[in-house]
Amino acid sequence: MGTEGGNIVRTSFFPWLVMGWIGFAILPWYVIEDGFWAFEWVSDGYPFDSDYASALVQMTLGKEWLLPLIFPLLAPLFILKRIKSDPVYAQTLIISGGFGLSYLLGQGFIVGIGGWEFGVFESAFGAIETHQYGMGYGALLTAGSCLILLTTGLAATGCLRGDVFVTSAIGIVVALVATFVFLPVGKILFSAFVDENGLYALSAFSDNFFSQKIWGLGCLTSTVSCGVGLNSLFLAIMTGTATTLLGLAFALVATRTDFRWKKSLRVLTILPIITPPFVIGLALILLLGRAGSITQFVSEILNIEPGRWLYGLPGVWLAQTLSFTPIAFLVLIGVVEGVSPSMEEASQTLGASRWQTFKNVSLPLMRPGLANAFLIGFIESMADFGNPMVLGGNYDVLSTEIFFAIVGAQNDQSRAAVLAIVLLTFTLSAFFAQRIWLGKKSYTTVVGKAESGAHAGMNPLLRWVCLGVTIPWAAFTIVIYATVLFGGFVVNWGRDNSFTLMHYAEGFSVGWGESGLSWDGTAWDSFWTTITISAIAAPLTAGLGLLTSYLLVRQRFKGKSLFEFGTMLSFAIPGTVIGVSYILAFNVPPFELTGTAAILVLCFMFRNMPVGVRGGIAAMSQLDKSLDEASLTLGANSLTTLRRVILPLLRPAIVAALVYSFVRAITSVSAVIFLVSADHNMATSYIIGLVENGEYGIAIAYSSVLIVVMLLAIILVQKVIGERKLRRHNRVENTSHQSTPLTSSSPREKQA
Amino acid sequence: MSLHLKPGSVVFENVTKKYGAVTAINDVSFTIEPGNLVTLLGPSGCGKTTTLRMIAGLEHPTSGRILIGGKDVTSLPATDRDVSMVFQSYALFPHMTVGENVAYGLSVSGLSKKEAAERAKEGLSLVGLEGYETRLPSELSGGQQQRVAVARALVLEPEVLLLDEPLSNLDAKLRRKVREEIRDLQQKLGLTAVYVTHDQEEALAVSDRIIVMNRSVIAQEGTPRELYETPASSFIADFIGDANLVEGEILGQDDTNANVRIDTLQCKLPHRGFSNGPTKIAIRPDSILLEHGHTGMSGIKGNVTHASYLGNQIHYSVDSSLGELFVVDYRIDDAITAGTDISITFATKGMSLIAS
Repeated sequence: MGTEGGNIVRTSFFPWLVMGWIGFAILPWYVIEDGFWAFEWVSDGYPFDSDYASALVQMTLGKEWLLPLIFPLLAPLFILKRIKSDPVYAQTLIISGGFGLSYLLGQGFIVGIGGWEFGVFESAFGAIETHQYGMGYGALLTAGSCLILLTTGLAATGCLRGDVFVTSAIGIVVALVATFVFLPVGKILFSAFVDENGLYALSAFSDNFFSQKIWGLGCLTSTVSCGVGLNSLFLAIMTGTATTLLGLAFALVATRTDFRWKKSLRVLTILPIITPPFVIGLALILLLGRAGSITQFVSEILNIEPGRWLYGLPGVWLAQTLSFTPIAFLVLIGVVEGVSPSMEEASQTLGASRWQTFKNVSLPLMRPGLANAFLIGFIESMADFGNPMVLGGNYDVLSTEIFFAIVGAQNDQSRAAVLAIVLLTFTLSAFFAQRIWLGKKSYTTVVGKAESGAHAGMNPLLRWVCLGVTIPWAAFTIVIYATVLFGGFVVNWGRDNSFTLMHYAEGFSVGWGESGLSWDGTAWDSFWTTITISAIAAPLTAGLGLLTSYLLVRQRFKGKSLFEFGTMLSFAIPGTVIGVSYILAFNVPPFELTGTAAILVLCFMFRNMPVGVRGGIAAMSQLDKSLDEASLTLGANSLTTLRRVILPLLRPAIVAALVYSFVRAITSVSAVIFLVSADHNMATSYIIGLVENGEYGIAIAYSSVLIVVMLLAIILVQKVIGERKLRRHNRVENTSHQSTPLTSSSPREKQA
Repeated sequence: MSLHLKPGSVVFENVTKKYGAVTAINDVSFTIEPGNLVTLLGPSGCGKTTTLRMIAGLEHPTSGRILIGGKDVTSLPATDRDVSMVFQSYALFPHMTVGENVAYGLSVSGLSKKEAAERAKEGLSLVGLEGYETRLPSELSGGQQQRVAVARALVLEPEVLLLDEPLSNLDAKLRRKVREEIRDLQQKLGLTAVYVTHDQEEALAVSDRIIVMNRSVIAQEGTPRELYETPASSFIADFIGDANLVEGEILGQDDTNANVRIDTLQCKLPHRGFSNGPTKIAIRPDSILLEHGHTGMSGIKGNVTHASYLGNQIHYSVDSSLGELFVVDYRIDDAITAGTDISITFATKGMSLIAS
């Protein structure tokens, strides 16, 4: 517990200032083309080569505009001896950090690869000869240093009770979310307003936005297909409805019947997490496609020509319903259990029948949950890329259209941007509806009291309907997964059903050559890339998510709800939109990331962060806040408290976040397909490529390998980190002070 | 005893705390002398816990100054204050053993593991829990957990020890025992302690002084005896051991006493500087004496509406010309049944003039 100014102050920002100087004066300022981890530059002309020079040297090589950056690094040197409460200390740091950060970013955006990025500057300052690349080690360290100087200065003014760690953590999260969520989305919005000549024009946007290709109603009156926007909307509504109804049926069976296998129904909920999104579509092709097993079987019996009905709306809808029903089930099982049994018992004691109780009491109480499940199904369907890609046929939807606008022959970025905005409008509307509408209407009937009493049984008709729907559906799901597992062992499904290992051999054979083990199979390359990148992304995602949830649950600061909204936003942004926006934002300086592994890792971090945040919030809300406060009053600072008290108690949440981000990174397709490169190909985009070439055998084989690997990973992580059993004492919180009758407890010996 | 305590004083100077538009503490000033145990007492929401948390540094005042041990700590965070706190829920870290819990504060302030463990051991023996180092908090009873929390706070040798409703999670029988232990330890070590409770009996039992708070301000401050015998307001009279508030009139006064008329009765009470005229009088429930029938010459007429038997005492509700009265009577054998007419007189103690 040191309160003696000097020493503490110097240690609080001095190392960060040193980091800034290293970034400014020593390390290469610009990004190195060979890659972040390639260090050839050390022996290749450094420190005076203009590609590798530090900012200090760059200034002498024609980049004079970097000069002002020296001031924010010089000024703090004069206040090293001042104490924290001195106003000059805070002011110097805030001005230095704020100026440094904004100037650094500003010059990065203004001077680009072709000189001035904006005509205004060219006319004001005249053309410049030189140009600059994206930010490298040096610029990143300097930017980080300025950010910490700024937050340290803010903390010194008394922000967040003067807590430097918390202020800096908020600063870092805000900076990251701004850079990797808001900047790309903003970039998309901008590029939608660009016409063919690269000029900003409102007309370009409105022409594109209201085009017949998106909103056309042709399909209602003639054989022309409808606009992609309407197609997506229609599909999303159908999928949302179907998954909600099926999810409800499953939830009712699992909680309100004595169905013998209901426990194993819960296993269903894990399946979508470890299933790459197009796998269901792939299995459907093998079963119901023209050469599919079921199609062949039926056409032989009924003697009808096998059709292509699967490719289009019915197939996509079927695949999405199969994929997302477990998610609806997961949401609704909580909702159905959450309806307090005592309410149902109350209804029954008032003379209502089981059906009346269900219809008038249970169902209305579940309504917000049902709406929630619908909206989740809606968003998932909108964002789904894999199934429409595999099964869409002529039924175009937004997520695939965006892909073809970028990747196809047209390479029309502004059309992709407009489509992305349309898609974003749909998902964000659903996201807002979920937050605003449902936020106010939560009929939480779970109270702190332990409730006894059982849920009312269902009336026989409802029971049979539920069982009649869920059992065949569950059986169908099992058949689908069996197809995935066996499909890889068949020469050519439907045509030549003899057993073979050739698909696995082609993808995953290993050789033993002179140089030892060699990975001969065609799939190994993308497989190891996937595992490596997912393994890097998982701890980063979990860490960022949990740090954010710590800030949200445990700290009070202005703008907290905006902060929460910003961190949750990426949940509602479909992967294809993220993919396009990352290409638009990170293809040019100041952030040149396309083609690197870093962009994949970053993409996973910010796409999956909301799940870590939610998990962290749920877990942390259950930790008594006085544990933190006890640690603080015992002299620990907030960082030590986080490390020694909160994190150890959050172990289960950490495991869940790690597993989830790892698995999500492996199964993700939609964003990844834009961001992969020859050097860094991911398993899912590789499999999509195989499917497009009709190589179903190896595609299926690869998919089942992924599923097995993910299962093993889940088991492994749980074994290694595991749950240490805490016999936590029952921390009863006396929220209501019971005022005992004052005279009853003790006799006063004052009787006269 | 290896603790080297330097008990400190606590001073609040015009401290105000606002949460948005809500004022939790309104211009509060007080001084707590070193080595005293002072209780912050008051009903829920009166601001007593906020006051305690401001001493700890878990909340910071909107305006005003806080001094601990003579030093201005107003803007210092909890981490940097020489104060430790025992929480209502104890807040023992469930993933650490008892020994690790007690050593935690020592080890985060830079002591070696060995030294911290050694001093944790001494701290535990101070509260009579030697040999419990390797247990988990969940393996202890409520009372033992409470003592671990006290040991954890004490080993840091704080200038001030804060206790936030430390007994509220214990059952009624244990409460008296633990509060005596806390008081003994505090007196033995000469600690400055600030104790928050909403239980007036607990406050009377443990405190050197009591600060009663109500609606964000201090209602009265004094020794337990001063508060009970000379309440400054009807709120204090009612909050510290129930009181009936009745109307009366001061007829005249001498140097110390006033001659007070209550309905048909007259009595002498310390005048407390009040002048002649209408007044209010607080009467303790056990200072009202009831007699069967309307026999008493000077008694006030009344009627018993309820009688509840509580073992060693009987509670009566009495309807009278003074209004509804609450009476405690220890004469169990002479119980009066509901509906009986009675006459009322007053005992010589347990009455006090109150500003109206």
